[in-house]
Amino acid sequence: MTTAVRRQPIADVPLMERVNALAEQQVELCYHCHKCTSGCPAAEEMRYGPDQMLLLVQLGQKDRLLSSADLWLCAGCETCATRCPNEIDIARVVDALRQIARAEGVTGADPSSVKFHRLFLFLVERLGRMNEAGLLGAHKLWTGNLFSDLGSGARMVVMGKIPLVPHVVRGRAQLRKLFGAREFSMPTASDESAAPEGRGT
Amino acid sequence: MEYTYYPGCSLHSTGREFHDSVTAVFRALKIGLVELEDWNCCGASSAHSHSRALSLALPARNLSLAQAAGRDVIMPCAACFNRHKTVERELQSSPERRRQLEQVVGFEYSGSSAVRALLEVLHDAIGVETIRDRVTRDLAGLPVVAYYGCLLVRPPEVTQFDDPENPVVMGRLLGALGADVRPWGNATECCGGALTLTQPKVARRLVSRLAGRAREAGAQAIVTSCPLCQVNLEMRQPGPGARMPIFYISELMGLAFGLEESRAWWTKHLIDPRPVLQLAGLAA
Repeated sequence: MTTAVRRQPIADVPLMERVNALAEQQVELCYHCHKCTSGCPAAEEMRYGPDQMLLLVQLGQKDRLLSSADLWLCAGCETCATRCPNEIDIARVVDALRQIARAEGVTGADPSSVKFHRLFLFLVERLGRMNEAGLLGAHKLWTGNLFSDLGSGARMVVMGKIPLVPHVVRGRAQLRKLFGAREFSMPTASDESAAPEGRGT
Repeated sequence: MEYTYYPGCSLHSTGREFHDSVTAVFRALKIGLVELEDWNCCGASSAHSHSRALSLALPARNLSLAQAAGRDVIMPCAACFNRHKTVERELQSSPERRRQLEQVVGFEYSGSSAVRALLEVLHDAIGVETIRDRVTRDLAGLPVVAYYGCLLVRPPEVTQFDDPENPVVMGRLLGALGADVRPWGNATECCGGALTLTQPKVARRLVSRLAGRAREAGAQAIVTSCPLCQVNLEMRQPGPGARMPIFYISELMGLAFGLEESRAWWTKHLIDPRPVLQLAGLAA
């Protein structure tokens, strides 16, 4: 029996397929040698660490991953990617998970990091360049964390290192276009996975 | 010799002394640096956490401007270098991605302007001998370690820079300045710079380990070529006690070249490097 071919909503595509497409990686290749976690600078603070995050991707444990603070503890140092015997760029897998978290509106794991990145891009979209005074000030107000690093921040303003008046790039219309760019590699459901009976046994 | 210069946001703000020292050193070497007209932020980790397309499109616009300017482009900031190098690789290795980026940015990629790291230009194009010849005051009394961090060397297929686990170019350059370069095993270990504002606890732990290992190696300062490492290593280093200043490679070049303006750079550090310079007989 055949079913009508229909496109599946992206949220229903199995997690690993989605991550593989966004990160252009093959997470299924991981055989958990642990080399990534052994060299990860932030593993100490993480609950799962890089190799278990890959395992959770393999097992489709989306909720567990998206609500984990591990997602925002990755420093993007690429040590894992450099050492992986299966050439999986794990930092890019983490990026893909962050992108999925954003697409699904999950910010609970570390709202401060999520707000930081959103403000950063908000400023770049409007100014074309980063304005540290705007970024740090707005982040403090938004997170309510008003007093951390006030001393070094103030010293850098006095040293003339943090300009208070932002520079604005001329090519802003072009920049807005870049911000509107559609994702290059989006996962699409194959006909087979769109048909419920194709999967069953 | 003339290069296009992409400072990136950090060199216009928290890494001001990096910008000042790079431009002063290139002037002293009589090599032209022309700042890229109307450059934009590369998007850094915020862009690649948000969207792959955006993280490639932002640097691609800069590459289109650099191509129009017609010279190789030097990127002193390791993070900017890494992002632009990622895009360069995509443009060169994937015809489909190239077509997409050309369309979004509105240009045609020719490959005529290469993305170059500062250390790579100093070591490969200018050369250790030329730099040694310019030294008027050697840094023999200054024990240092060379620190590369992450984004200059990793991932190696993107950065194409030296050996990812055991890079040597900065040590050679410092050697040419006469500095006492100490061997150590932490040259490419992450300092947590990307987390310094969002996860300061992690950054503090990583920084204090690096400073401790540098001290064990007998160094009195760490030398870097990354503005994110520099500010993180100074801001998150535990005190009070003696804290180790973090120099940019270009600052030590300026000092060894006897450049007057170097004095203005030391006051821009969060950890005052003058006591260490005094101890090494390099003050004033």
